[in-house]
Amino acid sequence: MAETMTLVKEAEKTALLSSETKVEMLRKMWLIRAFEEKAEQLYALGKVHGTMHLSIGQEASAVGAVAALRPDDYMLSTHRGHGHCLAKGADPRRTMAEFLGKVTGYCRGRGGSMHIADVGSGNLGANGVVAGGVPIAVGVGLSIQMQRMERIVLCFFGDGAAHEGAFHESLNLASLWRLPVIFLCENNQYAMSLATERGLAVSAIAQHAASYAMPGTQVDGNDVIAVFTATSAAAERARAGGGPSLIEALTYRWRGHSKSDKQLYRSREELEAWKAKDPIPRFAQSLEREDLLDTEKAGHVEAEARAAIEEAVRFAEESEEPPLAEILQGVYA
Amino acid sequence: MATMTFREAISQALREEMYRDERVFIMGEEVGKWGGTYAVTRGFLDEFGEKRVRDTPIAESVIVGAAAGAAIVGLRPVAELMTINFAFLAMDQIVNHVAKLHYMFNGQITVPIVIRVVGGGGRQLGATHSQSPEVVFAHFPGLKVVAPGTPADAKGLLKAAIRDDDPVFFVEHATLYSVRGEVPEDDDYLVPIGVSDVKRQGKDVTIVSYSKMLQVALEAANRLAEEGIEAEVIDLRTLRPLDTRAIVESVQKTNRLVVVEEGWRAYGVGAEVASRVTELAFDHLDAPVRRVAQAEVPLPYNRRLEQMALPQVADVIRAVKDVMYIK
Repeated sequence: MAETMTLVKEAEKTALLSSETKVEMLRKMWLIRAFEEKAEQLYALGKVHGTMHLSIGQEASAVGAVAALRPDDYMLSTHRGHGHCLAKGADPRRTMAEFLGKVTGYCRGRGGSMHIADVGSGNLGANGVVAGGVPIAVGVGLSIQMQRMERIVLCFFGDGAAHEGAFHESLNLASLWRLPVIFLCENNQYAMSLATERGLAVSAIAQHAASYAMPGTQVDGNDVIAVFTATSAAAERARAGGGPSLIEALTYRWRGHSKSDKQLYRSREELEAWKAKDPIPRFAQSLEREDLLDTEKAGHVEAEARAAIEEAVRFAEESEEPPLAEILQGVYA
Repeated sequence: MATMTFREAISQALREEMYRDERVFIMGEEVGKWGGTYAVTRGFLDEFGEKRVRDTPIAESVIVGAAAGAAIVGLRPVAELMTINFAFLAMDQIVNHVAKLHYMFNGQITVPIVIRVVGGGGRQLGATHSQSPEVVFAHFPGLKVVAPGTPADAKGLLKAAIRDDDPVFFVEHATLYSVRGEVPEDDDYLVPIGVSDVKRQGKDVTIVSYSKMLQVALEAANRLAEEGIEAEVIDLRTLRPLDTRAIVESVQKTNRLVVVEEGWRAYGVGAEVASRVTELAFDHLDAPVRRVAQAEVPLPYNRRLEQMALPQVADVIRAVKDVMYIK
């Protein structure tokens, strides 16, 4: 039976993290927010083309889940992956450079917004296909298990991925083989325009875990500590050889699916209601209540993050385009 | 050298590579307890254990995806799909991920997997179980596509595929498994991927083929020899990367080209080879290139209809005579 709505007392949750770590988590959330707001501006200015998928409003699930990992644990991400990438430790400058298609980007301008990998930080790649990374994460877990590595793998995906057969195949195999995988679903309520309950007969995604004999936990995805706590429990289970877990983080994307979204499927009132649950000030205020921050210092954290993104943009804009002569290189190893 | 079947050659290649490199393992449909749907991995489960011979659910997407995931962090999986027809259920993993990760992530990731599939028709299994769609996979940069036609090549190419750092889609024609031939027993016997082989020397016409159709082409060449026509038979062995130079050199000698494939003519191997020869050796051609291929229908079940749809020795002989303007 799936363990839905795990409730953990505030004191228990926060005891796991040092005050420095908590402030760092807040900084990461601001870094992601600032990155994405800047990305949106650059797009509006015509400096970026193609498309992009923004996770503004979802920063808590990226930061909270990754905070439960060790630095050498692996992670796979999605088309909406800037936040995961930065949370895992990517340099904002090289991330921005990839976004702008520059030679200094993580993939030398070959990947772009939807396809950023930073293997050095354990980020095995964002994935442009819905549920595309989920089977791959199962294999990463298999490799960890067969080689007896002291690692686990965290696999992000959205609610739309739960529509896909690959999701179900993957949970089944990971459970059969007791692989050290954390399946982390960021349920941002809509698969493009399709509301979760219009796309899934069982719309509480965590409940699907019961079909695959693994724990399923639904958490408030706008509460970074709640996400951290649930992911920590899943990580502990995975490291102990207990197998995979499914976590559903309930959150909301403030922007459209991509740049072409007219957002005909949702109301302004709904959006405003979720904006009132903004995960960043919410976490900042909780840190202030704990006396880890005052309002002034919280402002500094935000300002530092925004400055880092300004520097990232400068770095990316000053970087060269990839040489055309390289185009055919590196198709094969 | 030892005489063995195509099946035994594949099996020996897998066994040798598993002993040579502990990172190599097998996962897929019926590879363990069943011993392989075509008995290729019979005995492997006892010999190597269930950690390295892994039966999977019938879930092609995660078979290929998990093999890819295991490969990107250090292992060298051989993923087996029961037939090539079911590879379409894993198409997203094969073409959107496996083929692209290395280039798209600028070399940060390599995907050293072998996807073994059984292909081909001629066994009255009907339209969904009889296809030869390897060209579909050969369309995608980033994949290597190999389809041997003899036991020796099967062994050497599979060993090379397992040692290759790129993803290799490895096609075994079902009706070749019982074909016998001489096979080198050297543990390091490798056949290079991307290199074709002249299986028969000739001066009058070039026949390009691969996999099961190699056997058909060779039989046609033997019969043509009885009529005084000496055909040169080139076995492509690899569809991507395609060994264009060997074909061009042969055509420069014979001035006539027939391409024989089991798959459909439209957008097929013959179309690709003919196009390349036209681009590179147009002036050497004394006749239009002829393609021998499957009739453009989903393969029918009835024996006579099925044989009519598949390329036969007589079809190859007719095509050769056409390009030689012999009635």
